[in-house]
Amino acid sequence: MDYTPHTEQDIAEMLDAIGVETIEDLFSPIPQNLRLGRRLALGGPKSESEVYDQLYSLAAMNTATDRLTCFAGGGAYDHYIPAAVRACAGRSEFMTSYTPYQPELSQGVLGAVFDFQSMICELTGMEISGSGLYDGAAALNEAVHLASAATGRKKVVVSQAINPNYRRVLDSLGKSLNYEFVTAPAGRGVTDFGDVSDAAAIVVGQPNFFGCLEDVRAAAELAHGAGALLIVHFDPMSVGLLESPGTLGADVVVGEGQCLGNDLNFGGPYLGIFATRLEHARRMPGRIVGATVDVHGNPGYVLTLQTREQHIRREKATSNVCTDQTLMAVTASVYLSWLGPSGLRELGERCVGLTHLAADLAGQLPGCRVRFDAPFFREFVLELPGNAREALSALAADGYLAGPSLEAFPGMDNCLLVAATERRTVAQVEQMIKSLGQVIA
Amino acid sequence: MSQNPSPALEEGSIYDLSIAGRRASTIPSKEAGLPSAGDSLPAGMLRADSPHLPEVSELDLVRHYTNLSRKNWSIEVGAYPLGSCTMKYNPKIHEQTAALPGFSRLHPWQPAEQAQGALALIYEMEQLLVEITGMARASFQPAAGAAGELTGLLIMRAYHRAQGSPRDTVLIPDSAHGTNPATVRLAGYKVKQIPTDGRGLVDLEAVRSAMSENVAGLMLTNPNTLGLFEREIEEIAKAVHSKGGLLYYDGANLNAIVGIIRPGDMGFDVVHINMHKTFTTPHGGGGPGSGPVAVSSRLEPFLPGPIPDLDQGTGRYFWDEDRPQSIGRVHGFYGNFGMVVRAYTYLISLGADGLHNLSERAVLNANYLRSRLEDTYQTAHPGLCMHEFVLTARKLRREHGVRAMDIAKRLIDKGFHPPTVYFPLVVEEAMMIEPTETESKQTLDALAQAFLEIAAEAVDDPEVLHNAPVRSPVGRLDEARAVRQLQTRWRPPGTGQ
Repeated sequence: MDYTPHTEQDIAEMLDAIGVETIEDLFSPIPQNLRLGRRLALGGPKSESEVYDQLYSLAAMNTATDRLTCFAGGGAYDHYIPAAVRACAGRSEFMTSYTPYQPELSQGVLGAVFDFQSMICELTGMEISGSGLYDGAAALNEAVHLASAATGRKKVVVSQAINPNYRRVLDSLGKSLNYEFVTAPAGRGVTDFGDVSDAAAIVVGQPNFFGCLEDVRAAAELAHGAGALLIVHFDPMSVGLLESPGTLGADVVVGEGQCLGNDLNFGGPYLGIFATRLEHARRMPGRIVGATVDVHGNPGYVLTLQTREQHIRREKATSNVCTDQTLMAVTASVYLSWLGPSGLRELGERCVGLTHLAADLAGQLPGCRVRFDAPFFREFVLELPGNAREALSALAADGYLAGPSLEAFPGMDNCLLVAATERRTVAQVEQMIKSLGQVIA
Repeated sequence: MSQNPSPALEEGSIYDLSIAGRRASTIPSKEAGLPSAGDSLPAGMLRADSPHLPEVSELDLVRHYTNLSRKNWSIEVGAYPLGSCTMKYNPKIHEQTAALPGFSRLHPWQPAEQAQGALALIYEMEQLLVEITGMARASFQPAAGAAGELTGLLIMRAYHRAQGSPRDTVLIPDSAHGTNPATVRLAGYKVKQIPTDGRGLVDLEAVRSAMSENVAGLMLTNPNTLGLFEREIEEIAKAVHSKGGLLYYDGANLNAIVGIIRPGDMGFDVVHINMHKTFTTPHGGGGPGSGPVAVSSRLEPFLPGPIPDLDQGTGRYFWDEDRPQSIGRVHGFYGNFGMVVRAYTYLISLGADGLHNLSERAVLNANYLRSRLEDTYQTAHPGLCMHEFVLTARKLRREHGVRAMDIAKRLIDKGFHPPTVYFPLVVEEAMMIEPTETESKQTLDALAQAFLEIAAEAVDDPEVLHNAPVRSPVGRLDEARAVRQLQTRWRPPGTGQ
């Protein structure tokens, strides 16, 4: 099956209209000596039922969170995705459309993204939001670019308690631009920034990768005192309860929007949230939707401030991003509308409650302790008497997924993250901790 | 800069529907024994009020987003002949396979032992891409084409440094996509532009004279953005390689040549593939994409890690993290895995024969449409094209004051999505048309008919074109005003930013 509609007669008529004898003639500009000259070694084709069965078998080789009760966190969370969100965001008019370069035919995507931007401004406490980037790591990387451009500086002080994968992304993508990344230690769970002079930015998580809540206001004062920007990687689910990073003094707020109605998907497609203050609007990466009017004076939406972007500005663009994660932004727009202010608060309450119950119970297991004293939102670092990675494997045999283990951090081989979303129950928490007790005994 | 209040939108923002106290969400009720946030968190960190999100019923929101979606064009609504975008049909089976819980509910921190199916899929997909591109290995971390470009250039950079030959410039044709020069700068290089010659091809002599020990390489799309195959590719590759440079293949136009000729056999060293184009993962109104990068064996050590590998002894898949020369991670996890599942579904459905048909019919469709139009409109470069072609409205503009944008907007009234306009930049009043292989002859005939009617209208009644579109949900929009009176979020009427 190749989804092409051509009949033999179609092909004959088309070739005739073109004025060639065979399809092969159309490829005459391609040098013969370089051509493949054989069929690709791919096998197939296959019928749809064969394809489905093959993919079904591959999927069944995974032990995913439909089979393990999920207490894993670390930047990806098992929140429930409402049917209305799947139905609305899954509409093919959103899914199978291109980038809205022709706004007259794209008012649906543009309108949904405009709503997304509005809601992200509310969650972050910022004045302007973009339409979304690849993921939290990409958003953080772009925030560093913005800060460097805004300050003319290359040094960036990054909290140790940032997702270690994100930090690796910063390192890989920052080398060619000569950024100097300085790690601020977080040995007690929250970050000790030390000397931030000459920095373009300070980067901190709220909550951070350990689940701990940082003193964002103090970080903002420190950054601004040194002429640096404060970049906060935030958790969109936390701000039903916690002050928004913007209120606390952040200049750029980034985050991972997977939790806003998007599937776990083994790490992607996810959604990079990026919002900032208006003074930085012209340094922002990627697409931004703006409201305007049409020739009749009727309201409508377009992509705006496009002179920042690669298709106009080329090598002087603020970023190279083109294709982004629009469908995930549409999904987040629907999800946040579904959630509403009460839902966001109740969901946060339940995450806090279940996570703290898990921490209380886990802390009572022999040889275990909650590693840090700092307050936490919906995940915490649990220290075990033995190797965390091995304990996680054993726990999976009992039907529970937690983690990740934290061997990426020095001296934390015995530590793991435990997270609880609103989908978990008190009974599940109690059972998981009981299981964990048996695993480490 | 300040933001103005939102104009009273006809259907409006979902915020316009918001009524205090209304809600759609259901959250599991509070269970006994759960600590409260007030007990668990310091009072100073808690906020008094919740963020201002819309308060709507489930029906309110379903209607709002359904009605929004009805104002949007999509492949499933009609033809979408955007040049360089490859808007082909997105098969329904892809959504079903990607939604299998074993994939969609797989947590990215799960260890390889729990994700054998996912690693196997990525591993097998890598074998397919390696065969299609003629490369040695691939990484799926880049989330889109531009991310693939940056990954590829960073690999080139790491390679040159390892050779003890840091270089400072990358060559790019003047017909290239904007992502190419933007990416070159992010990779720490300078851009040197290579002119297009009279045939619409890269000027070989210009490449030869620009190449030096300071040039890291050349980025090329082949066929190029004019829809023409760079037939001197062997000479171009020789010119680049003879000075120690590398050749980068921008996969935006791969749809023309799958199973016919491979980038590796043309001499390319690095390739990115736009899976949301050639391998038809849905474009989602602007994303997600997936931009895997494949490289030749000499560049393999520099690929981003980790990469899945197969332990032949145990038959188990594992993440190969031991890659000391790797450029490092370029994505928070493993890239847009969900899109890799869809593209894999596509490739095993089509198989070798289907892929061969794909390119043949994409090229057949483009040439057929070109043959229907080229007597009325002018092609930028006469003769056969590959999967797309570029028309110019230069003559219509000069004689009748009708621009490419007017033609594009009038096509909307005739029931088609416009082609890509004003790109490539090297063609005045450009209209870049890529029908793809999944459109039928009947659809192409109707599209051609619409173009021909518009050409007649341009002569008889150009005002009709200037006033188009009239059948779309909104008329032509004022983009200048959107910049001048910046309004990028909903605000209650009468309030400022």
